[in-house]
Amino acid sequence: MPESHDRPAEPVTDWPCFGLGGAEKRDRMLAEMRRLTAHHRAACAPYRAIVDKLGFANEDRIAALEDVPFLPVRLFKRQRLLSVPEADVVKTMTSSGTSGQSRSQIFLDKATSALQVKVLSRIMAEVMGPKRLPMLVIDCRATVADRYRFSARTAGILGFSMFGRDVCYALDDDMTLNPERTRAFLDKHAGQDILVFGFTFIVWRHLVRALEAARETLHLDRGILIHGGGWKQLQAEAVAPDAFRRGIADVTGMTRVHNYYGMVEQTGSIFMECAAGFLHASAWSEILIRDPVDFTPLPPGETGLIHLLSVIPHSYPGHSLLSEDIGQVLGRDDCPCGRMGTRLRIDGRLEHAEIRGCSDTFAA
Amino acid sequence: MSNKEKYDQVFIENFSVSADQLNADFVYQCVPQWDSVGHMAMIAALEDTFDIMMETEDIIEFSSYTVGMEKLKKYGVEI
Repeated sequence: MPESHDRPAEPVTDWPCFGLGGAEKRDRMLAEMRRLTAHHRAACAPYRAIVDKLGFANEDRIAALEDVPFLPVRLFKRQRLLSVPEADVVKTMTSSGTSGQSRSQIFLDKATSALQVKVLSRIMAEVMGPKRLPMLVIDCRATVADRYRFSARTAGILGFSMFGRDVCYALDDDMTLNPERTRAFLDKHAGQDILVFGFTFIVWRHLVRALEAARETLHLDRGILIHGGGWKQLQAEAVAPDAFRRGIADVTGMTRVHNYYGMVEQTGSIFMECAAGFLHASAWSEILIRDPVDFTPLPPGETGLIHLLSVIPHSYPGHSLLSEDIGQVLGRDDCPCGRMGTRLRIDGRLEHAEIRGCSDTFAA
Repeated sequence: MSNKEKYDQVFIENFSVSADQLNADFVYQCVPQWDSVGHMAMIAALEDTFDIMMETEDIIEFSSYTVGMEKLKKYGVEI
């Protein structure tokens, strides 16, 4: 076996969350990508068939992150891809899958599942501190209560609930804000930081807009809002990040607002927004931008398809994925917030995306 | 009630099981109720019962009835 199969000397979980920059970040990421690519080629025959058919020769040819072969993210909707024995799978995650689409299936073994949680914990600690906080969920209890309609929202709320305690749902089951319950919760935890979690479009419509319409406010000045998931079917109501933050501050007094970008196919290594308003890659992930037509890498400042790298996926070949989201790299190691690494912007989704190539090749 | 009885009671109520099912084989996802939803509810119930606050890592590693007893030791709760 090539040397790149070996586990790295230092566990990746010891890496500084937002402290790696320049060549140091690139070299560590490159080593992990070589190792993971070799592992998945050896352990997942369909993965090997795809990347080899695309002309990939071997891991030693990976001289730069741009050389790491990638799968289109939607391949996980069509194929059962796993790189560990079936018996090692402890958990299967599924994506939301908008109407008419099939769902991704992501198979986790113990190690991958544990790494997801460790990495997510590290990233969350950067914005909320190391302690679990009283948690206000901007959603309704029914979203998690109905186990037979387990959705991305359910998974998101439950995943982030690990960082909260004494969880309170701000919305009733008909999705209307319950100000009495919410105020009682805030009174109970007065003087403490509060973790507030919700999906972007739900926070906007069912918290901000609802409070505006009722001419009411909530005292959430100690709140730390973590929101993600984009605007989904509410694209027409979408507002810019600045307007979003202003809207939140006006009706809740909350100024610590962090958007995150991530996908179920790379759970854990999410991209978190800093106080300066920029999404950041952590030590465990990287972003490349590719031309939507010919997939050539694009430089910072140019808009294209988001190619995500993550050191987490071991049990399934998801360490290098081409998404159907568009955005751009804004800079590296240059954020006013002081974080090292890549900062990026997501501009939305490629409509009616049809990423061809790999999956077609495999079907042939 | 002893700590053991309190501990068992949380499992019995959360997962709708009987006391004789609670042994080393009672692990995460061994009954439909012990899924990720049930897990967080159980943690909340244990925290209330013993007036403790567990760290995220311990919540995740709380993978069985038996492992749970070890985890609670860390918070001064002897089962």
